[in-house]
Amino acid sequence: MFDFLKGYDLLAAFWVTVQLTFYSAVGSLIWGTVLAAMRVSPVPLMRGFGTAYVNVVRNIPLTVVIVFTSLGLFQTLGVTLGAADFTTINFRLAVLGLTAYTSSFVCEALRSGINTVPVGQTEAARAIGLNFPQVLRLIVLPQAFRSVVGPLASVLIALTKNTTVAAAIGVAEAAALMRVMIENEAQLILISAIFAFGFICLTLPTGLFLGWVSKKVSVRR
Amino acid sequence: MSSRSVLYDVPGPRAKKRNVLLTVLFLIALAALVWWVVQSLADKNQLEWVKWRPFFTDSRAWSTYLLPGLENTLIAASLAMVIALPLGALFGIARLSEHWWVRSTAGIVVEFFRAIPVLILMLFANAAYSEFTDISPDSRPLYAVVTGLVLYNASVLAEIVRAGILSLPSGQSDAAKAIGMRKSQVMRHVLLPQSVTAMLPAIVSQLVVIVKDTALGGALLGFSELLASVRPMSANYGANTIASFTVVAVVFVVLNFALTSFASWLESRLRRGKRSTGAVVGADAVDQLATPGERVSHDDLGGAGGTSST
Repeated sequence: MFDFLKGYDLLAAFWVTVQLTFYSAVGSLIWGTVLAAMRVSPVPLMRGFGTAYVNVVRNIPLTVVIVFTSLGLFQTLGVTLGAADFTTINFRLAVLGLTAYTSSFVCEALRSGINTVPVGQTEAARAIGLNFPQVLRLIVLPQAFRSVVGPLASVLIALTKNTTVAAAIGVAEAAALMRVMIENEAQLILISAIFAFGFICLTLPTGLFLGWVSKKVSVRR
Repeated sequence: MSSRSVLYDVPGPRAKKRNVLLTVLFLIALAALVWWVVQSLADKNQLEWVKWRPFFTDSRAWSTYLLPGLENTLIAASLAMVIALPLGALFGIARLSEHWWVRSTAGIVVEFFRAIPVLILMLFANAAYSEFTDISPDSRPLYAVVTGLVLYNASVLAEIVRAGILSLPSGQSDAAKAIGMRKSQVMRHVLLPQSVTAMLPAIVSQLVVIVKDTALGGALLGFSELLASVRPMSANYGANTIASFTVVAVVFVVLNFALTSFASWLESRLRRGKRSTGAVVGADAVDQLATPGERVSHDDLGGAGGTSST
């Protein structure tokens, strides 16, 4: 029944999906934190830039962003991100696109986390004479990080599902392999079930685990 | 701004000086970035007026490529929404059923489709239509895109409906039962009408997700929507890839920004409203509700708990 699987490396395809998710998650966590810092900074120009970035990037479809990295950045402007062969170039471009897109959602999650901290907390902290870095480090961020686990988990899972869009620029991840297999084999239902199962294995445990963590660390108010 | 008061005082003379310095430094960095982008665009001749002119002076660029593409995007998105809404309502209500087998079946279906990328569903639908039905290859991409979007979004909408019903104060169904209504009557006459208003913001922002996901069909299934108009445009107007992408992105941003603003306007209106129970499923709740395994509880709904509108 599973003879048709010969000649296809399912694990390798899902490994590419995991790698895409990992690198984009790290990248968008960093860039998203920078953006969130800008959006809450006292400098109006930085706030404006952060707001503009988030509002523009969030409203562009990820597919447009990813296809642009390939057609626009690579084929038109010759951006190769330091890679030599097409496989690496496409992979890195996909990570770049996913990072640019996902970081706007990370930024919003972090910002809403900061907003959940009651004003009284910082007022009390300032009243006992803590300065801005101290307020941030000792009072606001510890509480913000705890309330941000749940929203960040949602972003991570959405990112895992979004890596399939990289198939549009020829990255050999799970959805790309599924396309090839559907074309060549007659077992449509079975192939789809296998890939659906693969993604459920990736997303559902992450969701359940991080949901449990966020309940565990949440601040009771 | 509310975030302002949370983090820092009103700036004094030293802080003001520091803020000016930061502004100047950031402005320099931003200018350097813009200069670099403009330089690299100019190097590849992407800034020539010839490449941008078609979008400003030639109405054919719009009537031949962009508007038909936008039309297909909107058709697919609205079809998907119209079909997914009743399905979502059905499954959302089924998840609140008193019978465990109805509840768990609906739960498994919803969790299954929330956990799978919408692209996988579209690819499956596309292949299934070509194998099991005789829909013409021309219209198959539209069918596949709409089917994929319906399967995924119906499950997200089911969670929105469930959250909307749960966001209502429990006194509503208590009172309805107390005057002798049956279960179905409580749902039809009391809970559903009120929850529909409560979840309007969330439904509108789910529409943004649907509009964005139609672009998948353009890139991978040969559906001629807005993104798919980039290739013929850059072929016809002298390799103006950057210009075409910019115009397509601007159209998407304007459309989705309008929808997002409408959603938050609805939300603030509902939160201010005195006549309703004040229960709202906020536009931001959508990200959470789209996550498999995530159970939205009553107090996660952002202000929905504080329903004491006096």
